[in-house]
Amino acid sequence: MGMVITGGHLIDPAHKVNAVTDLYLDKKGFVVGVGAPPEGFKATRTLDASGKIVCPGLVDLRCRPREPGLEYKATIESEARAAVSAGITTLCCPPDTDPVIDTPAMAQLIQQRAWRFGMAFIHPLGALTRGLKGKHLADMEALDEAGCVGFTNALEPITDTLVMRRALEYAASFDLTVFLHPSDPWLTGDGCAHEGEVSTRLGLPGIPEAAETVVLARDLALIEQTGVRAHFCQLSSARAMTMVMEAQARGLRVSTDVTAHHLHLTEHDIGFFNTQCHVVPPLRSHRDLEALRQAVKEGVVAAICSDHQPHESDAKLAPFSASEPGISGLETLLPLTLKLVDNRLLSLPEAISLLTAQPAAIIGVDSGHLGIGATADVCLFDPDAHWTLTEDKLASRGHNTPFLGWEFHGRVTHTLVGGKLVFELVQT
Amino acid sequence: MNEGEGLQLDDEGRLRHFLTIEGLNRQTLLDILDTAESFISIGEREIKKVPLLRGKTVVNLFFEASTRTRTTFEIAAKRLSADVINFNVGISATNKGETLLDTINSLEAMHTDLFIVRHSDSGAAYLIARYLPPHVRIINAGDGRHAHPTQAMLDTFTIRRYKGDFTQLKVAIVGDILHSRVARSLIHALNILGVPEIRVIAPKTLLPTAVEKLGVHTFHDMSQGLEGVDVVVMLRLQRERMHGALIPSAQEYFNLFGLTRDKLAAAKDDVIVMHPGPMNRGLEIDSSIADGPRSVILPQVTNGIAVRMAVMALIMGGQTARNRRPV
Repeated sequence: MGMVITGGHLIDPAHKVNAVTDLYLDKKGFVVGVGAPPEGFKATRTLDASGKIVCPGLVDLRCRPREPGLEYKATIESEARAAVSAGITTLCCPPDTDPVIDTPAMAQLIQQRAWRFGMAFIHPLGALTRGLKGKHLADMEALDEAGCVGFTNALEPITDTLVMRRALEYAASFDLTVFLHPSDPWLTGDGCAHEGEVSTRLGLPGIPEAAETVVLARDLALIEQTGVRAHFCQLSSARAMTMVMEAQARGLRVSTDVTAHHLHLTEHDIGFFNTQCHVVPPLRSHRDLEALRQAVKEGVVAAICSDHQPHESDAKLAPFSASEPGISGLETLLPLTLKLVDNRLLSLPEAISLLTAQPAAIIGVDSGHLGIGATADVCLFDPDAHWTLTEDKLASRGHNTPFLGWEFHGRVTHTLVGGKLVFELVQT
Repeated sequence: MNEGEGLQLDDEGRLRHFLTIEGLNRQTLLDILDTAESFISIGEREIKKVPLLRGKTVVNLFFEASTRTRTTFEIAAKRLSADVINFNVGISATNKGETLLDTINSLEAMHTDLFIVRHSDSGAAYLIARYLPPHVRIINAGDGRHAHPTQAMLDTFTIRRYKGDFTQLKVAIVGDILHSRVARSLIHALNILGVPEIRVIAPKTLLPTAVEKLGVHTFHDMSQGLEGVDVVVMLRLQRERMHGALIPSAQEYFNLFGLTRDKLAAAKDDVIVMHPGPMNRGLEIDSSIADGPRSVILPQVTNGIAVRMAVMALIMGGQTARNRRPV
């Protein structure tokens, strides 16, 4: 039984499609026709998409489903379900799970769990060093074989420069992509907020911009020497963006993402100790926010991600520095990105590209597009729907978000994974 | 939950909690000072008690060691006839894995009317005030590096007693501003009360990055910074700061920033010297100054009791010097 999605406005940046047209899917869940059906195609199901945007299922480069290790916060099942309710069909999970993803068995476990639920698929990122300890290299080739789409030490710093160099060299030998989170552990110290006006006022231990740029400079030097392909995760400062831009201009194979919340919030949103704004890296100044937005506009940034970190409510019921950092971000990824379109920073196809084709290219997977033969991971959203985020609308187990009460423009109505309808918005 | 400074005021703008000086208006601060003035005489009487808080339960909840502040709060509450319980959590429940809010919950279940809270994390008093039912009141007795509002009030009370008018003063605060809740609260209070020039004097390692945004001028040199000032506030330098590469040695710190007769000569002749205590003699202040004629360090302690009585009376009963019946 084939399926046709009719009358929708198809935006598929990978194939430069931006028109009202029909999309034809075969019974195995692949795209078989755009605009016209293939010969002999019979649709047994029709999905009316008139007035809606039809785009590839979104690809989120950083999501912590909390499983394995922290199942009391969330599980692969709960978060993969939350993801599809937000139009996200492909996720990347960093290796800082418990146990760490530094063995093929762990990499396979995560994929199998995600596969079984048939919601969003999860690609693991493998550990760059064994146990993320920063001492011995992880078995990268074996992890690559087991499905890891990149290698990272996540938030654990590799302070030994020689280990870092070896890790990058080794990855470069096999053309593997490394994901880097530049952060100097000494300059970060016990910091929990941007070192600036707000940390000064509230007396919160600060994290200076240099905590990011000092390590970024070191990493760029090693990338240049080793020739590895590197992706920087969630850079937060204006100066870091300038450094990446210069590196790209020099021809280094470096890309970067930013999190959706760093494009909308600054240190001032902490107000009087709002722990929902406790994130790593910290929300920085207004000048930094403007620079990140500009970098998104100019194409320096290749992806916007959620950095989804669901928490139980107790995790945020503590003094600011003692609260756990992170935002439950899956369900605001698309809405916050669409705000950049409302703000005329991006065109709609550019915004969708940052959530589909470009992140898919970074991890080298065949997702994020709807060309003939592509897996039919599809997101439909109503661009005119106005809605307000309230706690009862959240599907994630984590309700920790500073965006409650925010008004959004554009809401996901249907999500398909492999041609199968896995989410349909129930209007109340 | 981001209601900010509004949290400590009720709908009519009266103090409900006392969490920070930031965001309060001048009249509120003057009310506290005037009320404290009226309480000063009580400490000098034979019977040092008034019945304002009779039947109320006040819990001194200290998650961080303190003798002086806890004692003055205790005396203040007792002079207002409240029942006072001291609860030192540093040696109690939180060491057994109980969370901050669990501790608060169980104490609130004992029908406490007022919590006086000290905690080593900035924002702890805010968290508690947001969490508790609205009829329970909170006084912040120091949260991390953030605020110590009653200290700021006793400091400004002391300044007013010696100097009268705030609007002609130059005030210098010397030492570890970075880690100091006393400095942050005092800077807010002095700005609100109209002090035209506030200076902070310290090496850059002991100053917060954006300190000038608080409304101060920075100096790294004592002779320049103390030039012509009316008030000098010396801050305590924790000995453990010596290990964090913040300053080279006690000797060098004292040479550069310790308050001595020579350095104080740059200030006005009638300068007063203050210190929130406890002092490190020979580290931040020379004994000849601490015990000398310009020092008002002991009067600060005495004034602390009247100021804390005033704050408790205001938030518990809406009593101010303007509307209160004579006691």
